[in-house]
Amino acid sequence: MISAQLPALQVVLPLLAGPVCLLLHHPRLSWALATAVSWLAFFISLALLDQVLSSGTIVYALGGWAAPWGIEYRVDEINAFVLLIVSGISAITLAFARNSIEYEIRAERIHILYTGWMLCLTGLLGITITGDVFNVFVFLEIASLSSYLLISLSRDPRSLTAAFRYLVLGTIGATFILIGIALLYVMTGTLNMFDLSQRIAGVSDSRTVKTAFIFLSVGIALKAAVFPLHLWLPNAYAYAPSAVSALFAGTATKVAVYLLFRFFFTVFDPQFSFDVMQLDRLLLPLALVGVFVASVTAIFQTDVKRMLGYSSVAQIGYMVIGMSLVSVLGVTAGILHLFNHALMKAALFVVLGCVVFRIGSARLEDMAGIGRAMPWTAGAFVIGGLSLVGVPLTVGFISKWYLILAALEHGWWWLAALVLISSLLALVYIWRVIEVIYFQPPSDPSREIAEAPATLLIPTWLLIVANVYFGIDTSLTVGVAERAARLLMGDAS
Amino acid sequence: MEIFGLYNYWIVVVLMMIGLYVVVASGNLIKKIVGLNIFQTSVFILYISIGKLRGGTAPILLEEPAAYSNPLPHVLILTAIVVGVATTALGLALAVRIYGAYGTIEEEEIEEQEN
Repeated sequence: MISAQLPALQVVLPLLAGPVCLLLHHPRLSWALATAVSWLAFFISLALLDQVLSSGTIVYALGGWAAPWGIEYRVDEINAFVLLIVSGISAITLAFARNSIEYEIRAERIHILYTGWMLCLTGLLGITITGDVFNVFVFLEIASLSSYLLISLSRDPRSLTAAFRYLVLGTIGATFILIGIALLYVMTGTLNMFDLSQRIAGVSDSRTVKTAFIFLSVGIALKAAVFPLHLWLPNAYAYAPSAVSALFAGTATKVAVYLLFRFFFTVFDPQFSFDVMQLDRLLLPLALVGVFVASVTAIFQTDVKRMLGYSSVAQIGYMVIGMSLVSVLGVTAGILHLFNHALMKAALFVVLGCVVFRIGSARLEDMAGIGRAMPWTAGAFVIGGLSLVGVPLTVGFISKWYLILAALEHGWWWLAALVLISSLLALVYIWRVIEVIYFQPPSDPSREIAEAPATLLIPTWLLIVANVYFGIDTSLTVGVAERAARLLMGDAS
Repeated sequence: MEIFGLYNYWIVVVLMMIGLYVVVASGNLIKKIVGLNIFQTSVFILYISIGKLRGGTAPILLEEPAAYSNPLPHVLILTAIVVGVATTALGLALAVRIYGAYGTIEEEEIEEQEN
C-alpha cells in the first residue's frame, strides 16, 4: 500500500519538514526533526533502489494525473542510485551537524539553517526523481535558492560574497536551462522526458533543437561546476559552514552531473549528443584541462577547505571524462565516481568540520602538529585523503581503475597515463596537509587541543568506513553503476 | 516580412544580451541584480510569445472548435516569475548584509577588503 507511494514521499517528506523546522524555532528540535526525516528519506531511497533492482523502472503519476498532462516520476537504476547517495550523505552529515553547527553558527539562526537544509534536500531529491523537464527547473531553483541561504549563514562575512557570486552564476545557469526547455517544448510539444526522447529523433535536424541542446549543456554544466564554469565553487565550499560544505560536496554537484547524464543520454540520445553535436570532442579536453588546472591550483591553497573545493572541480573532471568516452565502461566509471567521490569528499569535509570545531580555523598553518592531539581526526583525514588519491582498498581506487579500463578499451593509453599523473597531483596536495598535521611542531605549543567529541567522530568514521567498505566490496556499487550505464547507452542486454 | 513578424523574438534576444552584459560588466551588486532581472524577463517574454497564437482565444469552455493560445507556457512562466522574484529578494537581502559587513556594494572595494 504505502510502498506504491514511496516516490512521492521521497520528495514530500523533506518538503513538509522544512517549514515545520522553521516553526519549531528551536535549535535542537529542528535538528532532531531534520535528522529523522533525512534518515527516513534514506530508507525510502533504499526501498526504491531495491524495488527498481528487482522489478524494473517505477513510473509514478503525481496526484494520479497520467503522464502527458501530469508530472511523472520515473525511477530507474541511475536515479535510484543517485537518490541513495543524496539522502545517505544528507543523513550522515546531519548526524554530524548538530555540534558543528552549534559551534559555527549564531544560535538564533540555527533553525533557519535546518529549514534551508530540508528545502535543499527536497530540491536535490526532486531533480533526481522527476521525469519532467520543467519540474527539473523548479526543483533546481528550490535547491539553489536554499543553498545560497545555507552558504550565507556562516559567520565569516566572505560567505556572503561567495553566496552572492553563486547566486548570480547559478541564476544565469538556471535561466539557460529554462531557455533550453522552452526551445524543446516549441519543437516537441511535451515536457515529459520519456516523450521528449521519443520525439526529438524526428526533429533533431532543426537548428532549434541544437540550440536547445547547447543552452541546456551550458546551464547544467554551470551547476555541475564543470571546468571552466567552476568559478563559484571554491569560495562557496570554503566559507560555508563545515557541515553544509560536506552536504554540497557530496550531493549538489553530483545531482548536476546526474542531470548531464540524463540529458545527454536519455532526453537526447547518445547518438545525437556525441555523433551529431560531437559533444565528446569538447568535453574531453575541457575535463582534462580542468583536472590538471584545478589540481595544481589546489596545491597552492592555504585554506584546506578551499583546497578541497578545487579538488572537487578536478574530480568532476574525472566524471566528465568517463561520460565523454561514450561507452558502457566509461559511463560506468563516471557513475561509479559520482558515488565514490560523494563518499570521499563528504568524509574529508566532515573531518575538516572536526578540525574547525577544535581549533576554529581550516587554514593550513593553524593545523600544524594537531595530528598528535587529535589522532582519530587526523587518521580519518589520512584515509579519506588516500581514497581521494586512489590508493587500493579505497573507493577512489575503484573509480580510477574503471576509468583507466575504459580509456584502454578505446586504446587511449595517453588518457590512462594522464589520469594516473593527475592522481599524483592529488597526492601532492593531500601530502602537504598530512605533513603539516603530523610532522610540523604546533604553531602555539601552549595551546591545549583536545580530540573532537564522539558525536562528531562517529559520523566521520562512518563515512571513512564506507570509503573502505565500498573499496573492497564493490558488488553493489559496480553492479548498479553497470546496469545504469547499460540503460543510458540503450544497451539492454 | 518574416523578420518583422517575429519581432518579439528579436526583443527577447536584445533584452537577453543587455541583461547578460549588465551582469558581467557592472561592479555594483544592485546593478548586477537589475541585469539578472532583465535577463530573466527576456525569457519570460520568450515563453509568453511561444504560447500566443495571433487571433487565438483563451481555451475556456469553447462551445465550438476555435483557434486558441496554448495556456501551458503561460502557466509555466508564472512559476518562473515566482522563482525570479524569490531570487531577486534573496539577492537584495544578501546585498544588504554585504553592505553591513563591508560598508560598500562595489565588487572591487569588497575584493580589496577580502585580500
